Amino acid sequence: MSDVRLEQISKAFKETVAVDNISLLIEEGEFFSLLGPSGCGKTTTLRMIGGFEEPTSGTIYLGGDDVTGLPPYKRDVNTVFQSYALFPHLDVFENVAYGLKRKKVSGAEIKTRVDEMLELVDLPGYSARRTTQLSGGQQQRVALARALVNRPQVLLLDEPLGALDLKLRKQMQLELKRIQKDVGITFIYVTHDQEEAMTMSDRIAVMSAGQMEQVGAPQDVYELPATEFVAGFLGASNLLDGRIESVDGPTAKVKLTSGAVVLLPAKRAPDSKQVRVGVRPEKLSISTNGGPTDGSNSIEATIRMSTYTGVSTSYECVTDDGATVVVYVQNLDASPAPVGAGQRVTLSWSPEHTFAVEPGTLKGAPE
Amino acid sequence: MSTTNLEPRGVRIGMRIASIFVLAFLYIPLLVIFLYAFNSSVAQSWPLHGFSLKWFGVAWNNDDVRSALLNSIKAGLGATVIALSLGSLAAFAVHRFNFFGRQTVSFLLVLPIALPGIVTGMALNSAINFGGTIFGLHFSLFTIIVGHATFCIVVVYNNVIARLRRTPTSLTEASMDLGANGWQTFRNVTFPSLATALVAGALLAFALSFDEIVVTNFTSGTETTLPKWIYNNLRLPNFRPQVNVVAMVVVLMSFIPVYIAQRLSETAGIFERGEGR
Repeated sequence: MSDVRLEQISKAFKETVAVDNISLLIEEGEFFSLLGPSGCGKTTTLRMIGGFEEPTSGTIYLGGDDVTGLPPYKRDVNTVFQSYALFPHLDVFENVAYGLKRKKVSGAEIKTRVDEMLELVDLPGYSARRTTQLSGGQQQRVALARALVNRPQVLLLDEPLGALDLKLRKQMQLELKRIQKDVGITFIYVTHDQEEAMTMSDRIAVMSAGQMEQVGAPQDVYELPATEFVAGFLGASNLLDGRIESVDGPTAKVKLTSGAVVLLPAKRAPDSKQVRVGVRPEKLSISTNGGPTDGSNSIEATIRMSTYTGVSTSYECVTDDGATVVVYVQNLDASPAPVGAGQRVTLSWSPEHTFAVEPGTLKGAPE
Repeated sequence: MSTTNLEPRGVRIGMRIASIFVLAFLYIPLLVIFLYAFNSSVAQSWPLHGFSLKWFGVAWNNDDVRSALLNSIKAGLGATVIALSLGSLAAFAVHRFNFFGRQTVSFLLVLPIALPGIVTGMALNSAINFGGTIFGLHFSLFTIIVGHATFCIVVVYNNVIARLRRTPTSLTEASMDLGANGWQTFRNVTFPSLATALVAGALLAFALSFDEIVVTNFTSGTETTLPKWIYNNLRLPNFRPQVNVVAMVVVLMSFIPVYIAQRLSETAGIFERGEGR
């Protein structure tokens, strides 16, 4: 059953269109992320589900009911705000109990549920603390507890980890995922961090300039980006211009501008003749003694720069027609292969790891 | 935090001397009045004749002083109550709603601070006379209160609107998100966030009203307030020691609320905007 359904939602603020006719189905119990650069409309979309903004047009359904015109306090949805928005004049217990008190839950039950929730977010014994005395990470947990204690149908999270430092953020990502599994509530999570989205989500909607670029599981959007924007936004990608020469059964043949011919599964070829062929940097292998013999795709290039980053070495290569290709090679040996700038190399990869997108204008620069 | 280390020693000493000079300039005249309030002689001459508390007793037993004090307190409280209700309502309206002419309304509310008291007083005086001919309005404590309210409203308005602007909208959104409707949100979140601003505004309003004389002169008729009593008796040598005592009381009654108001404004930081939008 779908839990949240957006039907042709648009939102305009004066002249600017923040959200441009998007439709979306989010399943019950799903960890769903809205991912995109700032200004792509992801937060506006979330705020419309929460009831803080009214769509200019379109309908929002929650568990089958039309909630488009309802104020926030009449929706079975709770929000974890980017700035936490904890009530500074109330202690931790009163903050978490706020929603239950509004629902006229009995005092004894409030006590049990708040304690239970503080346990879940790993803050037992913090009831009497003032929220202003807590660290950023602890405030974040209180904000989460305050929302979850109401057992909403859907929990909305607006970049909740944005203010935390990297280490704490990584830790909270796993914890949020654990909590979501525990409580089984649908989470809709807004972030501009692709790694964060991939770590936690069951599915990701990639947004750009108010529109949905692609919706899918993390592997799908990463391995098989549908648009040039998605390819560029989710990690580094190498894109080479070419033309589809022929489609031969399950395989499509693309002639690159450098003259090399590469293969990819035909079902991934876009409708256009002119395409950009892509491959992720970690899928490439680098060799100094000639091309592959196993039918892999390969191109010739020259190394411009190599950068040792500990777990891997990254090579920036230039093809003969001037395109830049980045290759990540895992440092399996203590001393990596001595390939340096200026070296002629052959880059090869499997047709299975090849995707192609329609050449498009980038709607928003990746962050 | 020692930014002073960036300044050359000479500059530091110079600035210290300058601040001492400014403080002396502000407070020595007051100190003189305080000293003479404890003078045992009627004649105001230096050095003091001797130390005495007798003028406090004399002033306290002076019926004119008592009724003036009572009037000043009544006028202060009355003006404060009007200022609190009208000032905060105006602040809510200007903050919450985006109506036509909002900037103008905001400006007009603040303007009375800058208007010369004598002009405000004159205008009120004619208005009261006009009201007298139409519906029998007459000069009384009530007209003093209304007159004081004109400049007290802006103090409350300014305090409340500043607090409203500094309180993140996400707090009210969070409250609504957790199931509180508009009224519950006001009672549980908005009002607590304003409480110290309201108290600070009220204290300042009271202090402003308590030592006001210009507008009072135009609106009081035969009623007397403490500042008005001082002004009327200043020229009478026999009353000089009592005037000093009363002046000291006026200073303290104004100083204490202003001090508390300032402390309240400082400690109210918990509601201010944090990070985020």
